Amino acid sequence: MVNRTPVIAVIGAGIAGLEAARQLAALGYEPVLIEKAPVAGGHVAEWNRLFPDMTPASEVIRPLLEQTSGIRTCLDTEIASINRLKDGFNLVLSDGSSLICQAVLFATGFHLFDASKKEEYGYGIYDRVITNRDLEQWFNTRHDPRVDHPKAVGFVHCVGSRDIKAGNAQCSKVCCITAIKQAIEIKEEFPDAEVYCFYMDLRLFGKKYEDFYIKAQRDYGIHFIRGRVSEVGEAIDGRVVVKAEDTLSGKPVRVTLDLLVLMAGIVCNPDAQHYAREIGATVDEDGFLKSRNNLAAITESSRPGVFFAGACTGAKTVPETLAEARSAALAIHQYLSKRG
Amino acid sequence: MDFGFKLSPSSAVNLDTVDRRRYDRLVQLEPDALTCIGCGSCSATCTAAPWSGMSVRKVILGLQRGRDDEVDAMLSRCMLCGKCTMVCPRGINTRHLILTLCRLDKNGEAVR
Repeated sequence: MVNRTPVIAVIGAGIAGLEAARQLAALGYEPVLIEKAPVAGGHVAEWNRLFPDMTPASEVIRPLLEQTSGIRTCLDTEIASINRLKDGFNLVLSDGSSLICQAVLFATGFHLFDASKKEEYGYGIYDRVITNRDLEQWFNTRHDPRVDHPKAVGFVHCVGSRDIKAGNAQCSKVCCITAIKQAIEIKEEFPDAEVYCFYMDLRLFGKKYEDFYIKAQRDYGIHFIRGRVSEVGEAIDGRVVVKAEDTLSGKPVRVTLDLLVLMAGIVCNPDAQHYAREIGATVDEDGFLKSRNNLAAITESSRPGVFFAGACTGAKTVPETLAEARSAALAIHQYLSKRG
Repeated sequence: MDFGFKLSPSSAVNLDTVDRRRYDRLVQLEPDALTCIGCGSCSATCTAAPWSGMSVRKVILGLQRGRDDEVDAMLSRCMLCGKCTMVCPRGINTRHLILTLCRLDKNGEAVR
């Protein structure tokens, strides 16, 4: 029998998939990246700059793409079906080909919450309401008629996060710091604009995040108002009127804005759930994939040979995702070594 | 004329029209005021608070929301003991901030 290099299917070519594939190739395995989008890089590739150091997203993406250029990558490809074999898996891809592999790594990432579901915020209804992703697009292209020299800008935190009614009870973790980053960027672009952040709690857990917050307050004079926006209306001139409670003073507050940015949260990727069920891995109550152990084995599913990396198990930052991708590559290495 | 009912003025804060001149002048003189996170340590430790309603947190917030009358009432009851300065996690010199504020009228002009 020919001693073949073990093949590992990596589902998703975002930063988790790319980093894991890079590590697996370095360990001597043959990873195959499967990506449904026409380009690799995932959500991070669509972003302009990253918190908390304002690093251009391309500085993260470009080396990952360069170092994975020799790895077989199937773009524009979906998975039609997954079968479990005696000692591996058979993935039938949307181009009709079949991929036999010894392990599967889910690097399927997340979906951004569809902000139009929160109808009271008016996304898709009012012209001056955009999302965090739209704003990043504007930072990339400088082209969006909705962003037109605003004098007053608002950011709504927790859109589709910590919201049981919207089907998403958990905190999306990265939006607080993203809102602060984008608020600073808006202030840099339009120094005369008044910028308001409407928040429930500010969850600034990471390294340098709190410094970033102090900078937003002290150096940029961004106003932080504790209170969830209750409704948004349109004034006769097309600007938007935002109503909230200022819960620190216990009084209702209203303000008219030229631009309102909704911080759409991180929700599970329905494709990942579908593939997980097909392969026999467990989906958690929150819709994300369920690890074998949330403390000691976050990259392992309860099904041998099936592994997770990145935001498929819950909201993650970029460094967390990269660290998890490396950890998953090691877990796969140990799994395959044990099997001999 | 008595219609048998009356209209109550709205308690809502309208940020479009709020007069922040005094606050703007304060943050020029005391930029640390910008970094308040509204934690309430100052109010909790205040010796005057239990009987007077003094609260540095509410003073800063009141200025941002244009509530000058409430601010002045609170300031008049401060005994300048400085306990609030000792507990502020952001290191704001609240005692100095209160003194600076007492020297500004509601237009942000120096009065003494």
